[in-house]
Amino acid sequence: MSTTVLLAVTGLGLGALYFLVAAGLSLIFGLMDVLNFAHGALLSVGAYATWWAAGGHLPGAGSGGFGFVLAVCFGTAVGTVAAVVLELALIRPLYDRPREQVLATVGVGLAVPALLSAIWGPDARPFPGPAALSGTFGLLGARIPVNRLVLIGAAAVVLVALRLFLGGTRHGLVVRAGVEDRAMVTALGIDVRRAFTLVFAIGGAAAALGGALGGLYYGSVDPGQGTSLLIFAFVVVVIGGTFGAGGSGAATGSVAGAALAAVVVGLVQQFANYYTASGLGDLAVVVLLAVLLLLKPGGVTGRLA
Amino acid sequence: MSTEPLLAVRGLAVVIGGRHILHGVDLDVAPSGVTALLGRNGAGKTTTVRGVLGLVPRTGSVRFLGEETVRLATHALVRRGVGYAPEDRGIFAALTVAENLRLAERPGAGGPAYGLVHELFPELKARAKQLAGTLSGGQQQMVAIGRTLLNGNRLIIADEPTKGLAPKVVTEVARVLERAAQAVPVLLVEQNLAMVRRLAEHCVVLADGRTAHRGPAADLLADPEATRRLLGVGRRADAVSEENPMAPQDTGTAATSAADSGKAGA
Repeated sequence: MSTTVLLAVTGLGLGALYFLVAAGLSLIFGLMDVLNFAHGALLSVGAYATWWAAGGHLPGAGSGGFGFVLAVCFGTAVGTVAAVVLELALIRPLYDRPREQVLATVGVGLAVPALLSAIWGPDARPFPGPAALSGTFGLLGARIPVNRLVLIGAAAVVLVALRLFLGGTRHGLVVRAGVEDRAMVTALGIDVRRAFTLVFAIGGAAAALGGALGGLYYGSVDPGQGTSLLIFAFVVVVIGGTFGAGGSGAATGSVAGAALAAVVVGLVQQFANYYTASGLGDLAVVVLLAVLLLLKPGGVTGRLA
Repeated sequence: MSTEPLLAVRGLAVVIGGRHILHGVDLDVAPSGVTALLGRNGAGKTTTVRGVLGLVPRTGSVRFLGEETVRLATHALVRRGVGYAPEDRGIFAALTVAENLRLAERPGAGGPAYGLVHELFPELKARAKQLAGTLSGGQQQMVAIGRTLLNGNRLIIADEPTKGLAPKVVTEVARVLERAAQAVPVLLVEQNLAMVRRLAEHCVVLADGRTAHRGPAADLLADPEATRRLLGVGRRADAVSEENPMAPQDTGTAATSAADSGKAGA
């Protein structure tokens, strides 16, 4: 029983991490048809910026209490700025050339880890975190690491905030409409490119927050973290697309679909890794993806979002 | 009133995927009333409208209110006062009726004219919270036209607003456009010649991606030889039943313009 509880909570924590990456990926693809292979790099940027700030390099920031909160905010802000710069400098000039756009994001996705590795080395660096978050607590006989709850809580807050943004603001309305028909949005006098930049900023912020809190989850940061998470985040986006089809609104449906898919993927991975051989969990997720796509191919070709 | 055209298009050319869809369209929209854009299926009517709006890459000259707009992005031209009801109606199916209308709101003098829209289409008020994708074709067309009336536009472009609608709804759309045209000039793409006869003062006829004829609409419709040659109408255009003046005709031009729209969407 205690093992099941621990696996479930750990799976949920991993799912929360996937969701933080997948939410932005899904919105960006839904609105702009851009497969952002640089999204993992944004997570890494957030992780390293948080690690750097929490290591005492940013005045006021540190590894404990308010200092850590400040470090996480700093990491998230740096990731957000990186996402906006990415959109304005690389994605926007290539709107009419989707193939080059993909190549450019792949390039950034390779260059950023290489850069991080060049500056801070290829090895994992211990991630400083507050003592309060490094402990465990008892739940149904299991000892659960507190940082899992932090991740799950953060993902829940991001999910609620995204739904409020999409459902309750004019910018959110523009994003939802743009997911359906970008050209018609411009034909109503709306500069849809501003929505593109906004969605990149939101996606970058969520991924960078994922990076900051992922440091707690893994206990370390390394240059390849973002890339390996990105693969599973893409799986989550595609599975979420098969869930979200026919939901309430395409965009809100995609965010909810991504959340549900993230939970499923996280749980399947944890349980399969524990009860079969280590590593089979990753394979199980890919098999799950293949089965869902065979059963419901419209999930990808129709609208991911 | 100035006689200078509200919208003056010269030498509009559109190339999509290496294919020349438009070779040189000239058209003027008069500063008042309805100007009809006519032509057989595949003549380039929808592409012309999309080219004017910048929804497809185009060259040539598009002057709106005396200003050259061919280098402007679509949203920038629209903000200068253009309301557009596209051929496929451009409805956001997953949004509610109210949200579809709210998207069209633009900051400007007087705020959005919901009073006018709800007066013309009381149904839109009653169905405000309904998802637009669940509306009937006629109701969706009301949303599309309602969006063009919300902002005190200087020009309304309606691309086949009666296509695929029941005769009763066609009459309703004609009534609304007639009323709208009293305040705002309308560029109307239309296959239903009874509709053109009722609403349009001027007309431009396209053939094979070029302007083939320009002049008063009544003159063209009164000339059976010209209507047959330019529009492919097999019989006299005024042979429409007086009992049901808005019924679509059983001629080539009254058929759905699938070829036209298919090409424009390429």
